[in-house]
Amino acid sequence: MTATAPARAPRRSAARRRLPGWEKWVIGAGIVLLVLYCLAPFYWMFVSSLKGPAEITTDRLWPEDPTLVNYRGVFGGANDFGYAVRNSVVIAVSTTVLAMAIATASSYALARLRFRGRNLLLALVLACSMFPGVAIVTPLYRLFSDWRWIDEYQAMVVPNISFALPLAIFVLTTFFREMPWELEEAARVDGCGPVGAFARVILPLAAPGVATTSLLVFFAAWNEYLISSVVSITLASTPVTVALAKFAGDTEFQQPFGSQMAAGVVVTLPLVVLVLLFQRRIVQGLSAGSHR
Amino acid sequence: MSAPSASARARRGERAAERRLAFWLLVPALAALGLVVAYPVASAVYRSFFDDPIGAEPSFVGLANYAQALIGHDREEFYAALSNTVFFTAVSVVLETLIGLGMALVMHRAFRGRGIVRAAVLLPWALPTAVSAVMWGWMLQPDGIVNALTGAEVVWGGGEWPAKWSIVFAEVWKTAPFVAILILAGLQTIPPHLYEAAAMDGASAWRRFTSITLPLAKPALVVAVLFRTLDALRMYDLPQILTGGANDTATLSMLVVQAATGELKQGYGGALSTITFLFVFGCAFLLIRTLGANVFRPAEGASR
Repeated sequence: MTATAPARAPRRSAARRRLPGWEKWVIGAGIVLLVLYCLAPFYWMFVSSLKGPAEITTDRLWPEDPTLVNYRGVFGGANDFGYAVRNSVVIAVSTTVLAMAIATASSYALARLRFRGRNLLLALVLACSMFPGVAIVTPLYRLFSDWRWIDEYQAMVVPNISFALPLAIFVLTTFFREMPWELEEAARVDGCGPVGAFARVILPLAAPGVATTSLLVFFAAWNEYLISSVVSITLASTPVTVALAKFAGDTEFQQPFGSQMAAGVVVTLPLVVLVLLFQRRIVQGLSAGSHR
Repeated sequence: MSAPSASARARRGERAAERRLAFWLLVPALAALGLVVAYPVASAVYRSFFDDPIGAEPSFVGLANYAQALIGHDREEFYAALSNTVFFTAVSVVLETLIGLGMALVMHRAFRGRGIVRAAVLLPWALPTAVSAVMWGWMLQPDGIVNALTGAEVVWGGGEWPAKWSIVFAEVWKTAPFVAILILAGLQTIPPHLYEAAAMDGASAWRRFTSITLPLAKPALVVAVLFRTLDALRMYDLPQILTGGANDTATLSMLVVQAATGELKQGYGGALSTITFLFVFGCAFLLIRTLGANVFRPAEGASR
């Protein structure tokens, strides 16, 4: 690869030439181990989901007689997982849209506007992410009972927004600080209003940062369990994580592992697609806090 | 400049307008955080000073609920949960950091298949903990794949230590890749010419690792350890779904939920939750002090 295009990737080839033979083997073995470590459990979940009740307890590494019976069990019968998927989509998407709107406004203020106590405020917002979720679950439950929010989407969307805000504001503020604000000023001199200047000049430039942050918020909302397990009761609002954990088996004493694995695959699939599409972005967002 | 007082007044007016705009832009975020964080926390603290009578108005009992957990008749349960939480956190953060560092070093030197490696590393992180818990519950069945592959005959859900280790395994598997991503970001900021110079001076690979890689990757390492410790101290989803707290695997968070929503003891639950978050805050403070983490650095560099 590098030998054929040495001019295009000089530093890469130099670094590569420095690797002694044994080191190349160690790195290669390390990569294989790393990929196995990360993916083997996923593979096993997928394979198990394709095994029928007679085969599921065998440790065969591939299904002898692949069947979709587990998937039928997931979406049919007492489980009705389709509702849970719908609920999770509604909850995660509305959380992402609302949290991003709120976080963009705050981050603009924190990164761009001059006012007293701005750093203190950012630190305070960050400190909010330190509170244990369990510390707020009971008072929240009482509050939502009074408001008749139990078993409604907003009982999960509003807490999800608040949990997402500290990270979203932090990452967005970091992105906004590096924007070329002179351009915004130039637009204002040319007659744009403050909102117009922001929307036409800064937002397009900040789009990668906004997209990255939205992904992190979406993942967090899709994966939330604690609050949902307390405030959702029926199929009308239960998200996938809670539904999966209390899956019903054929009998009371038998855990329906086949269906659970199939549901796990269903829950994981959209995440796999997002990761494959946006891996570079997600890594950027995750490391935004650690090396700036 | 020709009319200093006028321009000064204009600047003052602009400043005031900016402050007003900032206020209105920040109100939604502060309202959301106030509703879901500040109000419930304050209300739990307030409620923790009252008892939990059945069918009567709660009355003020001072610190009795705290005493019940710390020195009273629920102390065994409390200290068991505390030591479980500390055990899970200490063991899994150490393992995660070591494995994550190894992964990051491999990823840093990998030139082929970077995309695949990056996607592979992101998947455990992206997986919901609820799914991960169910998945590990399946793999750690007595006749499950883990026992089959390792030739072990451990009943993972059947004893105190097997149950505890199964939680640690599932936790480390999911979070070591996340640590690797944070550390890799730190490694990538190290200028390669340092290694070239050191190699020219005849420094061994180990020497280069301890004298260049570790000290320069330290800020990223510290942030990773801090994030992970704070998360692990609040662990709830994984043990709740994997073991349900059986075999002495209950964490502080599980104790709080059990008391407050399971047994409807809001006063006692409030005390437990207050103790939990004071404990988490204390640990965060100590860690930041001892590791010298500068988590708020981007905030301080506000003026660029």
